[in-house]
Amino acid sequence: MRASAFIDAVLAIAGKDLAIEWRTKTAFASSLVFAILVLSILFVARDASVVSALDAAPGALWVTFTFAAMVGMNRAFLLERENRALEGLLLTPVPPAGIFVGKVVANLAFVAAIELLAIPLFIVFYDVPLWQRLPELLAVMALATFAFVPVGTLLGAMVVRTRFAELMGPLLLLPFLVPPIIGAVQVTAGILSGRPLSAYTGWLSLLGLFDLVFVTVSILLFDAILDR
Amino acid sequence: MTERAIPQLARRGTVIAMLGLAGLAAVYVRALMFTPIERVQGPAQKIFYLHAPAAWSGLIAFLVTGLFSLLYLIMKDRRLDRLAAASAEVGLAFGVVMLTTGPIWGKPIWGTWWTWDARLTSTLFIFLLFVGYFVLRNAVTDPDTRAAYSSVIGVLALALVPFIHVSVYWFRTLHPTPVVLKPDEPSLPSVMLVTLLASFLVFTVLYVGFTMQRYALAALRDAELEDALDVSG
Repeated sequence: MRASAFIDAVLAIAGKDLAIEWRTKTAFASSLVFAILVLSILFVARDASVVSALDAAPGALWVTFTFAAMVGMNRAFLLERENRALEGLLLTPVPPAGIFVGKVVANLAFVAAIELLAIPLFIVFYDVPLWQRLPELLAVMALATFAFVPVGTLLGAMVVRTRFAELMGPLLLLPFLVPPIIGAVQVTAGILSGRPLSAYTGWLSLLGLFDLVFVTVSILLFDAILDR
Repeated sequence: MTERAIPQLARRGTVIAMLGLAGLAAVYVRALMFTPIERVQGPAQKIFYLHAPAAWSGLIAFLVTGLFSLLYLIMKDRRLDRLAAASAEVGLAFGVVMLTTGPIWGKPIWGTWWTWDARLTSTLFIFLLFVGYFVLRNAVTDPDTRAAYSSVIGVLALALVPFIHVSVYWFRTLHPTPVVLKPDEPSLPSVMLVTLLASFLVFTVLYVGFTMQRYALAALRDAELEDALDVSG
């Protein structure tokens, strides 16, 4: 398949998923409310006289993003279970990698939207000096989201056929989120403390390398999980 | 596997495991009676002769699982998946040994059962990842799907381990710095080093024996399942 045709296919599949979601917005609204609730609960789940909001903030932000991403990514292959839609997709000339990348793009858009909407609330709830450093935070968020989503999409494709998908998805995914979460929290803490991003080139490189490796590996492995 | 091959493999595995257990008894004797007590940590340090080799066996087990998962995905021979799963189960067992001896060692030395320093955290997460491997395996009934899904997790885990390892060195850590596997000479006195290396050998033998037994059991189960399907089909 030519590259331009591949990209068209990817965008078509991503567009289809996002259009379906846009009609009801159920998963999106639920994920967003969930993120707000988690953010709020983490704010009150500390001894405020000992732990300042600024200290708790980076961890709270990334736990929130992690949970919201996991909840949001479940829907990707759940969609295709109805009327055996996945088999229909596989009958098209689109290669499986294209279907997978399309799903990843849809998930990226979904998760990114939740994260972007959660940021203003984060700034307000935790009263953190973030407005000037926002571009840097967005850069870290992009790197980490690219780490969460491909593996999460791949695992989602597998667990959707098991009975306890909502539990098994996070169970399998969380160990893979350990390196990106550690890195993201370190860099976010630095940003909130006023340190420049240049102090974190190591972590940022690690995140970037993680993204590269796992996007590639996930795309290659998707073929293996399809029934033939 | 042929009719005779499975019981033969099981027997050989049992012999090797028994040798390993005998070796383990010998290590216990040597560690407790013929190896000096460490100056700073006292007798508690001797758990090291079990803890580090258990971690080593766990690591081999998980690398074998990852490697054979990758080979399964390339060659689609179910025996490869069977070996990956057998190795993972043995690795889990050694992982439990490592995660229990660690805190037992840690309490008198560090004053705490557990710290969330990076190495403990990483090890725990890798352990939980392999628990997840089995949870997924048990949730899938079709053998080919199960093999495919397990192998995907195995390969993903293989890719993950180096990243976890790097995170360890960049995150604050309480874990003792490596005393044997580091660029300059090991800082352990030779009598302790011999005990430790003997223990590493014993744990490797145990790993091989247990994995052979576990593989044979899986092969037997698969053979019985196929026979049952032949009879009913």
